[in-house]
Amino acid sequence: MTPAALLALSPLAIVAATILGVLLGIAWRRQHAATAVVTGVGLGLALSVLPLAWRMAPLATPLLVVDGLALFAMALILVAALACTTLGHAYLEHYRGAREEFYLLLLSAAAGAMVLAMSRHLASLFLGLELLSMPLYGMLAYAYHERRSLEAGIKYLLLSAAASAFLLFGMALLYAQTGQLDLAALTAGLAGRPGGWGLAGAGLMLVGLGFKLSVVPFHLWTPDVYEGGPGPAATFLATASKVAVFVVVLRLVTTAPAFQAEAMGAILAALALASMLVGNLLALRQANLKRLLGYSSIAHFGYLMLVLVVAGDLAVESGGVYLVTYLVTTLSAFGVVTLLSSPHGGEDAAALHHYRGLFWRHPYLAGVLTVSLLSLAGIPFTAGFIGKFYLLALGVEAQRWWLVAGIVLGSAIGLYYYLRVMVTLYLVEPGMRRRDVAVDWGGRAGGVVVAGLALVTILLGVYPAPMIAWVRELSVLAGG
Amino acid sequence: MTLVWLILIPFLGGLLCWQAERVNEVAPRWLALAAMALELAITLALWWGGDYRLPQVEAGPAWGLEWRVPWIPRFGIEVHLALDGLSLVLIALTSLLGLLAVLCSWREIVGRVGFFHLNLLWILGGVVGVFLAIDLFLFFFFWEMMLVPMYFLIALWGHSGAPGRTRIRAAVKFFIYTQASGLLMLVAILGLVFAQHAHSGEYSFSYAVLRETPLSDGLAMWLMLGFFVAFAVKLPVVPLHGWLPDAHAQAPTAGSVDLAGILLKTAAYGMLRFALPLFPEASQAFAPVAMGLGLVGVVYGALLACGQQDIKRLIAYTSIAHMGFVLIGIYAGTQLALQGVVVMMVAHAFSAAGLFILSGQLYERLHTRDMREMGGLWGRLGSLPAFTLCFAVASLGMPGTANFVGEFMILFGSFPVAPGVVVVASAGLVLAAIYSLLLMQRVHFGAPRGEGDWADLDRREYAMMLGLVALVLLFGLYPQPLLDTTGDAMGAVQRLFAASATLPALAGEVSP
Repeated sequence: MTPAALLALSPLAIVAATILGVLLGIAWRRQHAATAVVTGVGLGLALSVLPLAWRMAPLATPLLVVDGLALFAMALILVAALACTTLGHAYLEHYRGAREEFYLLLLSAAAGAMVLAMSRHLASLFLGLELLSMPLYGMLAYAYHERRSLEAGIKYLLLSAAASAFLLFGMALLYAQTGQLDLAALTAGLAGRPGGWGLAGAGLMLVGLGFKLSVVPFHLWTPDVYEGGPGPAATFLATASKVAVFVVVLRLVTTAPAFQAEAMGAILAALALASMLVGNLLALRQANLKRLLGYSSIAHFGYLMLVLVVAGDLAVESGGVYLVTYLVTTLSAFGVVTLLSSPHGGEDAAALHHYRGLFWRHPYLAGVLTVSLLSLAGIPFTAGFIGKFYLLALGVEAQRWWLVAGIVLGSAIGLYYYLRVMVTLYLVEPGMRRRDVAVDWGGRAGGVVVAGLALVTILLGVYPAPMIAWVRELSVLAGG
Repeated sequence: MTLVWLILIPFLGGLLCWQAERVNEVAPRWLALAAMALELAITLALWWGGDYRLPQVEAGPAWGLEWRVPWIPRFGIEVHLALDGLSLVLIALTSLLGLLAVLCSWREIVGRVGFFHLNLLWILGGVVGVFLAIDLFLFFFFWEMMLVPMYFLIALWGHSGAPGRTRIRAAVKFFIYTQASGLLMLVAILGLVFAQHAHSGEYSFSYAVLRETPLSDGLAMWLMLGFFVAFAVKLPVVPLHGWLPDAHAQAPTAGSVDLAGILLKTAAYGMLRFALPLFPEASQAFAPVAMGLGLVGVVYGALLACGQQDIKRLIAYTSIAHMGFVLIGIYAGTQLALQGVVVMMVAHAFSAAGLFILSGQLYERLHTRDMREMGGLWGRLGSLPAFTLCFAVASLGMPGTANFVGEFMILFGSFPVAPGVVVVASAGLVLAAIYSLLLMQRVHFGAPRGEGDWADLDRREYAMMLGLVALVLLFGLYPQPLLDTTGDAMGAVQRLFAASATLPALAGEVSP
């Protein structure tokens, strides 16, 4: 391995080293705060060496590739993992069971997500996906004395295993057609005519990955798992996990011709349209904020699938911008839910009535949630608007009028439930406050992170030029 | 920089008001008042000092003041603000009504005063932004942004009416109608931008650049419809008016004043500034339909106004009728009609704001808006009934009031283009007389219900009303300053519209 490759892969190496460090630390002495700090420092260090890795890009090893797309995804994954670490610290503060292992699982999942984002070989793709999923089972069932948390973990485990089976079968079919597992060689093997087996293999892989993205009709697990899983775990699942899987799908679609076949485009478009509508319609009647966010994330990935359907230069850029805005927004929305919840007091505070009149008790926390809901709804002055603007621009340029109509209709429906939550925050409370955030939430790391994310949401909405320039620079090298 | 300050003053003022609540209850009110007074002073100074009768340059629209910096270079989006006579008049109107909105909520709003004024001022800031922006992205940005504070204003400080007509329902309805139609406009804007991109290879959202985009007839029609639907929802045009009566009836007085006085005008402004100049041929082709819709609005609004029990819903329906006249005037496209539209917008802002403020004051005294529980109030409310008579008379278009000038000019200017429409619309004026007098009869005359007198208007209320009556009479008797200021802006629209009407005809003629 050359020094250049070593440097390029150093973010992954640092995260892996942090896993070992945390593991040994826990074996030596249990110390919640110290574990969280070590995790945070490790993730921060990995984030800070990304620019160094960028200088080495594009660089490909047999299994992994370090290009703009991979670095972009890694940056998002690390930011999400960092946010989850700080939120997890606030969340687990009063947890009575073992607290430190959560960070171990979180780091492993982050490492898996990074491998997935860098994979250029079906073996590393599968390895990354499983390394991402396995720790998530543990994270989701972490508050195992809660029935719902346990249910979430097991549900995710079973359905995820089924999805992995689809994925593997698809890979096997592709292998049968071409005799290759390397993405580049696969592309060459399928060039010209993909053939029936190749198409079937690509389709089955899409089913497996579509499950992870909770695209309709593979979305059934999402609301239950989001609702039951502990706050930080659900946050990670909604952000880092989805970003990594989406990036790998984007890589597959832009490089492999089997995914660009006419039939595949039509299937993707149909799935996208179904996700937009089903996700938004089912979210309408939810009385639980985490379930609502689950359905809304289904809809958002429906919008995002427009990128896969169009698959051009502007598409990669739009996908990047949308992922950034989605990540920031979702992190802050879930962050508020997590800060208001703690596992020692039963289930997470996700029922809407917990949020009645939040503004008059915690104006800044309610402000953060308002900003993130507005951003999810795509209102100007927030990052979400820029993301939606990009997708609409992409749809109009590619003249995919059905999908554009779907986005417009979905947004209109979506407004209804976002507004419903938002107005709840400002209603006068009828004298009930069962659950409350620790009084000095602003001083806690979690509070600072959430407030910072809301600030970034507004900043990106008002002045998105630097973000766009950054995404463009990285997307130039995509598809290597 | 003046233009930037015009937008920033309400936004910064709003933030200050929000924080000033910590001092005491009254501080936000005075701060908001000061911010709007400053805004009005700057606008009037611009009006006084600037010459808006600029010689029309053939190359494009001439702006009195202009300010531009790059914003999102990726798509050629700029922060591009510009002021001409039309936007100046509307901004002056906005700041004046803003002032009134602050004043009329002095007693009405008691809870969460700081947050209320934050929302109120941010609406006004967004509206000023809409009137100044000539980059289409920026325009859309402000267009959508002003919905959020309006939503809060209705949802948090509104009145809940009958069961099933709660303020939150009204607010959600308002938001979804306008936001969804706004997204159609965004799609249309993007379609226009990509058509320009295909033509010149450059992205631009600039008004001047996009006006030069060559479009096929079919595409132009679709894009024009995208714009039209967004503006039609806000104006509102009849099949798309569902949100308006609820929003008006449930909103607090300041919200109704802003909605009727300013927000509806942003739609007419959008048509005059964007829909017509960007797609003159398509608009010309669409004009008969639009005028027909306007006519439906005039009759439908007036008829439904006659049957209302809730006084604010009645005024809301009269707005639909008046905006029907505006729509007819805009799509008639003659200089006289377009000038009439401007006068009509200003006049309607005054008369509707006056009626809404009066019904707010009535509500503060009687604690009902149901006209079945009123009657025979003349002489028992001090000078309130007399002022109501003034504005009712203005609303029915009595000569001497600004509304008369506006309606007369619209009808006169539209007659050469569409005589049939004008004939039917004139009948709408009779209906206007009926609902206005019905309002007076049912509230202030007739058999008295209940006993006792109520407080007369205090000095604040009296001053507001007197000021509005003076303005209605001023522009009714001497509308010339208004016409001079907006003449060139309207002339430019009219030339574009007229050129597109004659072009196909010319092409069809065989020259000897």
